[in-house]
Amino acid sequence: MKLKTLAKSIVLSSVFALTFSNSAMAEKLRGTVALDGSSTVFPISEAVAEEFGSVQPRVRVTVGVSGTGGGFKKFLAGEIDINDASRPIKAKELEMAASQSIGFLEIPVAYDGLSVVVNKNNTWVDHLTVSELNKIWQRGSTVKNWSDVRPSWPNTPIRLYGPGTDSGTFDYFTETINGKSGASRPDYTASEDDNALVQGIRGDKAAMGYFGFAYYEANKDTLKIVPIDGGKGPIAPTMTTINNGSYAPLSRPVFIYIREKALDRPEVKAFAEFYINNAPTLSAEVGYIPLPAYVYENALNRIKNREVGTAYYAKTAADLLVAK
Amino acid sequence: MSKELEQVSILGGQKLYWGEFLIKSLLAGCALISIITTVVIITILAKESFSFFDHVPFTDFILGTSWIPLFEPSSYGVLPLLWGTLTITFGAALIAIPIGLATAIFLSEYASPKMRSIVKPLLELLAGIPTVVYGYFALTFVTPVLKTIFPEIQVFNALSGSIVVGIMVLPMIATLSDNALRAVPDSLRQSAYALGATSYEVSTKIVVPAGLSGVIASFLLAISRAIGETMAVTLAAGATPNMSLTFLESIQTMTAYIVQVSMGDTPAGGIAYQTLFAVAALLFVITLILNIISQWVLKRYQETYDA
Amino acid sequence: MNTATETNSSEAANKHLVRLEARHRKARLFSLFCATVTWMGATLLFVLLYQVCVQGYQWLDLQFLTSFPSRFPYKAGIKSALVGTLWLISMVAFISIPIGVATALYLEEFAKKGLISRVIELNIANLAGVPSIVYGIIGLAIFVRGMGLERSLLSGALTMSLLILPVIIIASREAIKTVPMSTRHAAFALGATRWQTAWAHVLPASFSGILTGVILALSRAIGETAPLIMIGGLTYVAFLPEGPMDAFTVLPIQIFNWVSRPQQEFHELAAGAIIVLLGVLLLMNATAIYIRYKAEKK
Repeated sequence: MKLKTLAKSIVLSSVFALTFSNSAMAEKLRGTVALDGSSTVFPISEAVAEEFGSVQPRVRVTVGVSGTGGGFKKFLAGEIDINDASRPIKAKELEMAASQSIGFLEIPVAYDGLSVVVNKNNTWVDHLTVSELNKIWQRGSTVKNWSDVRPSWPNTPIRLYGPGTDSGTFDYFTETINGKSGASRPDYTASEDDNALVQGIRGDKAAMGYFGFAYYEANKDTLKIVPIDGGKGPIAPTMTTINNGSYAPLSRPVFIYIREKALDRPEVKAFAEFYINNAPTLSAEVGYIPLPAYVYENALNRIKNREVGTAYYAKTAADLLVAK
Repeated sequence: MSKELEQVSILGGQKLYWGEFLIKSLLAGCALISIITTVVIITILAKESFSFFDHVPFTDFILGTSWIPLFEPSSYGVLPLLWGTLTITFGAALIAIPIGLATAIFLSEYASPKMRSIVKPLLELLAGIPTVVYGYFALTFVTPVLKTIFPEIQVFNALSGSIVVGIMVLPMIATLSDNALRAVPDSLRQSAYALGATSYEVSTKIVVPAGLSGVIASFLLAISRAIGETMAVTLAAGATPNMSLTFLESIQTMTAYIVQVSMGDTPAGGIAYQTLFAVAALLFVITLILNIISQWVLKRYQETYDA
Repeated sequence: MNTATETNSSEAANKHLVRLEARHRKARLFSLFCATVTWMGATLLFVLLYQVCVQGYQWLDLQFLTSFPSRFPYKAGIKSALVGTLWLISMVAFISIPIGVATALYLEEFAKKGLISRVIELNIANLAGVPSIVYGIIGLAIFVRGMGLERSLLSGALTMSLLILPVIIIASREAIKTVPMSTRHAAFALGATRWQTAWAHVLPASFSGILTGVILALSRAIGETAPLIMIGGLTYVAFLPEGPMDAFTVLPIQIFNWVSRPQQEFHELAAGAIIVLLGVLLLMNATAIYIRYKAEKK
């Protein structure tokens, strides 16, 4: 029974997708589409922008990397059309949107398994529990050496790398691991550019850091992934474990937020539809996990009907997986 | 006939006068743009910095040793950034000053005209290489080489940045010092040689002291340039404000902070935006003071010779 | 007594000769030291260039020049960056050359050598030493935010013009100063106004010097990254600008982007882009040198 509905929705959505992509290809559009926001979602948006460029070469698509928070500020100031977000919109941002009558569409595009990585030559870390992660990263943490985490580990300094405060990944990680969004120790190498984090960890034996799964995937042979024990034993993030939710609590959906007014412009609408149609393939290509097909079909519907608003007024990140 | 000519020429003269006045005003307006630029720079830096100092006491900023502007609890002591900048500058000066000065002495005292014609263009080439290329060089060449010497060095480290910035400002010292040394009249050299001095003694005891003002000025200008250097340190030196004494670790300079915070796309308003201006203002003031001192040194200590 | 002075003086003479040898040896060592150090500097340059060429050479082909940046290294190219650079430099030249030369003319030909001109002179010298990133921040505050030009070519061009204006002014002044006073006096004697003299005589005479200075200033602008990062941030730009208000990217920013990525291929792509950038700069500097050479021959 379930299989039948699944099959039906797949067929429906692919027909949908074909018609939509055909109509977009039919007319040559012009204009600009401005994206900005999360560095986690950036690889997907970049891929979509690149592919879209071959279909609609006269539409100028730009993708910035200011971090989810930075992107939302621009989004609410009307400076960009689409915000890449690796976390749902915050209450404060929602208030601002409401007060300025900015309608937006919230579209999930993929699953990410936020990954904790260490240097390739790190021989002692086999896994980390959530409480150990909390101990290392919490505000006012006194952990300076690896042995402060587990006495059996070497008494050598630990050096931390992570996203900056404008990053949705930062918000999500701190909320999930430390209990409050933004609560983190400040003495680590912070960068909105995950590539810089990869470079740093890669060359530093004492390093540990966290970022989106795609950045680990792209650098698998030079980094070491740390399995996380969320209460059910250590699980490493893979396509399967992220998809079925067993990589917890660090699995999360990532989104794009589209300004409703921007959809008045045909090039933005075409781009948004193209994004959703190609999200399954392209997100998988860059290393994220596609969502179930009905989610994308749903999203296309919402674009068609201009359904604004956020599906969840998520107070805690754990609600995220449950809600969808 | 002559009266008509007179009238025409007076009219023509008047037209010429007004045209002349207009053009002179236009040109003066252009000159004014440079004044306006300075005024604007100072105004904007001051305005945003003052609103920053409404939130953060100036003494906290200037004397605080913890730069955590974006986290909570936040701390706005700029000393770690200043220390990072000074570390890079010190290392760069250590490289650039000896090599630059030695090169200048070689060019003015020892080199044949043919040698000059080879070395001078090479120096100009070195000076013309964009700083982002030096950043690339630091990351892809210098750091790996350093790793073989110091295995415990981090990927982002201060030493790599210093070396590269040193190479970058060394042509400046070489060229300006060479100009200063060449300006020393030959009669001084010849009289020293006549008294039996060796070339070493002439160079170090006569020529360099005579051209000292220009040489010192070149040092100051190079240091000012090193302080303001952005791209090489952004790529190579890291993003961790800290006050450690070792060159093997990652640091953050004032310039790198300005670029790295939201990679330049900071939304307007808010404390993060203001920290950019506070740090930029500090940078501006430091380089301005250095530049003014170097000009003063040039003017004040320039020895004049009757020749 | 005679013997004593004789011994003393011959001793002294010996000592002197020995010391003389030592001093000359020191001098030779010193000259060797200076020469070595100088060549060290030259070697560093060659090491840098060699490193760049080795890494980047393999990526240089027509496809590299005519493709947009891509997430796939083998597809990536510098088309948008190269065109963006050309656009930017043209606009910067258009804005900064008239203003810079006009200012230089004013200071040399029209202004009375008093307090005001001294102040302007000092001011320009200081502006030349301001770090480029401060210009970037000012550009962000005035052009991008204040005048609402967003991250467009116009914001970038205005910011870069401010940056190189002092350089153009100083270089132009030097060139104008070399025109002998006799030229001006001759024109005045024939009844020419200051402007007629400046426009018809001084400017043509100093033209090559001004041109050289302008080219060097523009080549400085081509290589600058920090101010443009402050203006436009690091964005993925895979299209060609069609007007001054369009978003853009330039070669240095593309290089910075690629160097920041951890994958080796992107570093090599960066090296390729660097070769193109250095090639452009070399061309410009060679033109400047050629012009200087031709002018000196006259």
